[in-house]
Amino acid sequence: MATARFWRENPSRYNLKAVRCNNCGRVFFPPRGVCSVCHRKSIGKMECLNLKGEGEVFSFTVVHEAPSQFEILKPYMVVMVKMDEGVMLTSQLINSDPKDVKIGMRVKATLRRLGEDGPSGVIYYGYKFRPIEG
Amino acid sequence: MEVGIVSYGAYVPRYRITPQEIGRVWGSDGEAMSKSLLINSKSVPAPDEDVITISTEAARNMMRRVPEVDPKDIGALYVGSESHPYAVKPSGTIVAEAIGCSPNMTVADYEFACKAGTAAIQTCMGLVGSCMVKYGVAIGADTSQGAPGDPLEYSASAGGASFLIGSKDIIAVINHTSSFTTDTPDFWRREGQDYPSHGGRFTGEPAYFKHVTSAAKLVLKRTNSAPADYQYAVFHQPNGKFPQRVAKMLGFTDKQIEVGLLTPQIGNTYSGAVPLGLSAILDVAQPGERVFVVAYGSGAGADGFDITITDNITRFNRSAAPLVSHYIEDKKVIDYATYAKFRGKIRVKEEVA
Repeated sequence: MATARFWRENPSRYNLKAVRCNNCGRVFFPPRGVCSVCHRKSIGKMECLNLKGEGEVFSFTVVHEAPSQFEILKPYMVVMVKMDEGVMLTSQLINSDPKDVKIGMRVKATLRRLGEDGPSGVIYYGYKFRPIEG
Repeated sequence: MEVGIVSYGAYVPRYRITPQEIGRVWGSDGEAMSKSLLINSKSVPAPDEDVITISTEAARNMMRRVPEVDPKDIGALYVGSESHPYAVKPSGTIVAEAIGCSPNMTVADYEFACKAGTAAIQTCMGLVGSCMVKYGVAIGADTSQGAPGDPLEYSASAGGASFLIGSKDIIAVINHTSSFTTDTPDFWRREGQDYPSHGGRFTGEPAYFKHVTSAAKLVLKRTNSAPADYQYAVFHQPNGKFPQRVAKMLGFTDKQIEVGLLTPQIGNTYSGAVPLGLSAILDVAQPGERVFVVAYGSGAGADGFDITITDNITRFNRSAAPLVSHYIEDKKVIDYATYAKFRGKIRVKEEVA
């Protein structure tokens, strides 16, 4: 992956930077300049916010045949998470066994390694989800 | 001006491996190694964890406990470690971005074997005490490695803790710090080498014990204190035995070091060891109690601290982030094959980016 492309998205990958359309209230992640529903009515009304990082599992799957850079993690879980702000995010679920994952379970975002450009390349970091204790 | 700890946060990876399992693979007596080192298990980072993710988790736990602190008021951040993911490119810049305190600040990575985290605390004390910054963040974290089959493999583990150093709303005043430093090559890792080397028994008397006792005596002398004046003490803990022995040599009791002695459960977290032990003490300490701290780093040096818990600890929201005991108990034991895979000890075909 191009370093610059990933770097541009660091604020969203590290701190879940999103935007809210103050015309309709919808939250978008990653951020976009114009609301996909309100279009021109949203111009000048898109407000940045950091998602709080918590949500619930909307759906999930267990990956047994992984891309080469995720081979070491398999089997691993990928979850769709409906964040408390209403927007949907997709990432890996860590610190959990597949048999323990339930739709609706509460999860929280945490920072992990996402990949690297080989042993001498840049390391990429971003959010993954883990269960919220209790 | 009083300078001290405004907040703190800890993190320990959840995977564990036992000395018995390591010994089983290498044909060694793991049970005997467990007893001689006083290590029942050691923490192992997941493949997607490193010093940067551990430092970030600890720093975020630290910030969760003080929501009233604006991250933009943090003027300095230092990450002390001997296992930074990059040889050139700071770990601290990523941590700073992740807790929202960049860009108007200074960041650097420290390395001094196992005491880089306490060196970071001393630096932040200077910056806060001289009013150069309002808050400084000092982190000690490691994902240390021992060569397969080396005695270090039984102890080298992962974890870290983060401290917010400031002068306002302090939960623990750092009354004094003194260090003792010499050129003593007891443990090292050359540039480009995967695993460290060490001087075997040379790491004991002329290295760990000489430096820890010397720094401890400096602190006791300069603060006109005696071991009995402290409710808690934490010493660097490369294994479970060394801190017990050095405590006894200095006149501290087993009870005083009990809370901060984590190595028997999680192994030697290197730069994270004393910061995690201190965090475990801050999890339970009460106003007026005093804490004696000595970190040790091979190479060699020791940093000593005299700390007093303030009344602010009663208003401090410890429960806003997991206690050290949570991380100790939240564990999953793995076998050596999984451990070898997680720690990159198995050579696999290089992926194409």
